[in-house]
Amino acid sequence: MSGNSAFIIHHSAFAVDFTLNGSPISVDVDPADRLLDTLRYRLGLTGTKEGCGEGECGACTVYLDGLPVDSCLVPTYQVQGRRVETVESLAPRRLDPLLAQGATQCGACTPGVAMTSCWILDHPELLVTHTVRELLAGNLCRCTGYDGILDGIAAAMRVRP
Amino acid sequence: MKLYQPKSTAEALRVLASESGIVPVAGGTDLLVHWPTRPAEHDKSYLDLSGLDELRGVRWADHEVQLGALATYWDVIADRQAAAELPLLVQAARLVGAIQIQARGTWAGNIVNASPAADGVPVLMAYDATVVLQSVRGREEVPLAEFYTGYKQLRKAGDQLVVAIRVARTRYIVQRFHKVGSRRAQAIAKVGLAVTQSAMGWRVVVASMAPTVRRCPALERLLTSGAAVRAPDELLPAISQDTSPIDDIRSTAEYRHRALARVLLSALRGDERG
Repeated sequence: MSGNSAFIIHHSAFAVDFTLNGSPISVDVDPADRLLDTLRYRLGLTGTKEGCGEGECGACTVYLDGLPVDSCLVPTYQVQGRRVETVESLAPRRLDPLLAQGATQCGACTPGVAMTSCWILDHPELLVTHTVRELLAGNLCRCTGYDGILDGIAAAMRVRP
Repeated sequence: MKLYQPKSTAEALRVLASESGIVPVAGGTDLLVHWPTRPAEHDKSYLDLSGLDELRGVRWADHEVQLGALATYWDVIADRQAAAELPLLVQAARLVGAIQIQARGTWAGNIVNASPAADGVPVLMAYDATVVLQSVRGREEVPLAEFYTGYKQLRKAGDQLVVAIRVARTRYIVQRFHKVGSRRAQAIAKVGLAVTQSAMGWRVVVASMAPTVRRCPALERLLTSGAAVRAPDELLPAISQDTSPIDDIRSTAEYRHRALARVLLSALRGDERG
């Protein structure tokens, strides 16, 4: 790292500090690293999957300051000082409604679907203006298991007011 | 890769003035698509705007609303005033992508990325938005309708940064937005259309119909004339004057001409769906 009085310039690896799944963390990254790769290959959090690598499929969904984002499109340097949550932060019981409805087939989309689903469940106020389908539109399931996913969310809503 | 992380807009402007070819980064949703397979992009210099809190958010004033350079689609979707006064912004934001893109993508980024298929640009142009540029040389404002000079060509010098987008709070008689795509979310438009009418007149703005998002003067004249339009085909001569669509992987020129005619007619009739 090199710095001067005006701004910080990085040419090579430098430390990015952020909150990951509730704990502060510091990780040395290259300026070109994507958050997805930092999570999977530097921090060993392989629950987050790479699907398309272009922001279409949502398999790599994590929360950044509480909102779902595609981690394949987030430069790691931009999470400096911010809050990141991955699928590993979800309590396993939160997947029960999805499992009970057979909402997983091959499982490749499941981590991302679980993240977006739990975000919807945690923010029922969104359903005043949005449908569950619209909020889930950024998560593709190529087994076309959408009905099971929607049934799982509906079942979870009945449990959680 | 060289990465600059300024702590203020003034510092960011000094960086842009110091070196040519620096790429400002807001949400990164265009920049990082297939990033690992584009090593040439890794050799450039980047300016990270994400730490510049003064560029965030949607700010309402008496006569206008300003979208900061870092204002995201989600910022607008979550803004009740926007839904009430400038509903096309919310409608377009909801079709740009799903939440994962809405939470990161910025209006300013959509403008400077200069895609002919942009979703955010048509509605801003139909609302007569102004692009606010800043550099160490000073401030400049360019109407969005005059911002594009050709495919991916902007009226913006290398040392200038889009710091805000200004939209006047005008009363609209007609406001319509329609996007023809393969699916509702995360799809690139085959045809995009935004139409408004206010005391300032008609605005007909199209996407994916020309090298840039653009206003359609012949169609605007036709609407201003008040001539009755009974069938989509009656719009085709004006559409041919205003647009020059191409055949590409998403659609064909002929489909785009005909789809625009139908979508525009249904928009003028006030149909919810084209």
